Amino acid sequence: MAEAAAPLGSANPPERRPELIGIFALVGAGLLLAAIGARWISGPLAIAALVVIAVGIVAVVTVALSGSPDTRRKLAPYGLLKPGMLWLALFYLAPLVTLLRLSLSTLPSRFAVEAEFNFNFANFTRAFTDFGPQFTRAFLYAGTATILTILIGYPLAYVIAFRGGKYRTLLLGIVVIPFFTSFLIRAIAWRSLLADTGQIVQLIELLRLSSLFESLGIMNNGRILNTPAAVIGGLTYNFLPFMVLPIYVSLEKVDPRLVDAAKDLYSTSISAFTKVVLPLSFPGVFAGTLLTFIPAAGDFVNALYLGSPSTTMIGNSIQDQFLVQNDLPLASAMSFVLMAIITVFVLIYSKFFGTEDLT
Amino acid sequence: MSAPTSVRGQIAKWALNIYAAAALLYIFVPIIWIVAFSFNEPAGRFNIAWQRFTLDNWRDPFSNQSLTAAFVQSLRIAVISTSVATVLGSMIAIALSRYSFKGSGPLNFLLVLPITTPEIVLGSSLAAMFLDWNINRGFATVVIAHIMFQVSFVALTVRARVRGFDWTLEQAAQDLGANPLRTFWRVTFPLILPGILAAALLSFALSIDDFIITLFNAGSLSTFPIYIDGSFKVRFPPQINVLATTILLASVSVMLVGLLWGQRSRRRQS
Repeated sequence: MAEAAAPLGSANPPERRPELIGIFALVGAGLLLAAIGARWISGPLAIAALVVIAVGIVAVVTVALSGSPDTRRKLAPYGLLKPGMLWLALFYLAPLVTLLRLSLSTLPSRFAVEAEFNFNFANFTRAFTDFGPQFTRAFLYAGTATILTILIGYPLAYVIAFRGGKYRTLLLGIVVIPFFTSFLIRAIAWRSLLADTGQIVQLIELLRLSSLFESLGIMNNGRILNTPAAVIGGLTYNFLPFMVLPIYVSLEKVDPRLVDAAKDLYSTSISAFTKVVLPLSFPGVFAGTLLTFIPAAGDFVNALYLGSPSTTMIGNSIQDQFLVQNDLPLASAMSFVLMAIITVFVLIYSKFFGTEDLT
Repeated sequence: MSAPTSVRGQIAKWALNIYAAAALLYIFVPIIWIVAFSFNEPAGRFNIAWQRFTLDNWRDPFSNQSLTAAFVQSLRIAVISTSVATVLGSMIAIALSRYSFKGSGPLNFLLVLPITTPEIVLGSSLAAMFLDWNINRGFATVVIAHIMFQVSFVALTVRARVRGFDWTLEQAAQDLGANPLRTFWRVTFPLILPGILAAALLSFALSIDDFIITLFNAGSLSTFPIYIDGSFKVRFPPQINVLATTILLASVSVMLVGLLWGQRSRRRQS
């Protein structure tokens, strides 16, 4: 670790390789900071590492100030990146390393706070055996909600992009504005609307559609609240703008003349859509899927407010183990498994549908 | 799109429009509930069944002291974290779009990671680290957490907004004798300011609304979402709806101002 930052102070000719100095200072400081945060280095060694980081920064600034304008320009991006990237190193990377270490630790007793690191894989076994249904439900509900957001959001984005005319920005604003109210209050609103005596159940009974909704699996014995459908509905609602916005952005770039060209070549409206517009909007669907599926799989608020104990998702279990049961090692293992599954999903998904301009 | 001429085409067109309108209506259903119930006179401690119309809740929106305190706390957190994150994030965005340099690929990747990590993992891992350090969780840890997820967000938003920026303008200013610092503040900064402001506003909204990450790192601190969650099990005062409606109105007006401003500057350019 410490070697990475060593070349900073060494007799490297500064004028010749300013980029290398910049990279070493940035990466070295980031790794050192992450190691301190995760308590890989502690005590006097950590203080020494902090001194190395500080000396590195001073050295780079000195090189930049005393060097030519060209050197300055080459070092500038690393200087601009440094504060933000170091923040992420200390408060994003280091916590993840801590999480991994805790997930392999053991609590000495039921009421102990400090966990001991001993490569204890039992937490991971427990995460799978005790919380299998919660994992399954999390990915099942998140997947269903993602498909529903595409079904609802794609036509909406399409109409705004191609038929919105000069009102496009306004319409897009109307789509986004509801999501500026607190999302807990929106969940409570749905809870109230879907309650047994709520407006939506009453409307369904008034229209005598109960049996239809029962057979669709949306209602269960005259109830909507506390069913999987309510949780999935809540997730769908919550993440809809994250699907609409990226799809809109990719549809907006589609030149309408391409569709005219397809039609001039005797394409029907439907095949002009499936062969021209749809493929061009895949980047938006791809980005929207990631922005919906990932947070939905980790969400616990919708399951908490709209579901029942039999519809809990993995987020509920992590929150419970971490904040209520205080079993940090188990909660860490569950968090880690959740992240690992999502990462695998993202890698496979981007292999098949991936595009360069995700960000 | 060229206008469909057949009857079937017309029907399909209108069916799609109606479908989109229904989707918009669906988006607004809970909003209508929130606004309507801010005018309700609740029968008990729970403002979830309609009784009768009243303006009392609006007459004194801050009558509930712990709710007001939590709301003020959320505003303070959002102001501090958004200021820091906007500066750090904009610096990253400028570095990534203004310069081409070695190592920008992996750095880009590190920037996207926090956005594609589930909030519960971000919140629990950071809380685990604070516990590991024996640090009491409270105001400072929440601000740190918010800055962490806002930095990536601001950086990516600003970068997307300055993607088409003409950096040769800087060259022009320097050819005319301006030093780099003067060039930045007089030429570059005013031009990228709208993008930075938009990113700051959005990340401010993210901070005010954040519940999951905040819950893990708040300790005994109460923010607006944490108050709502905690009180919901025992009471749900109509002032919550009033404050939610106020936030809604504030965002609508900010958005309208932005829209009009954008239109005006576009007209001035043409």
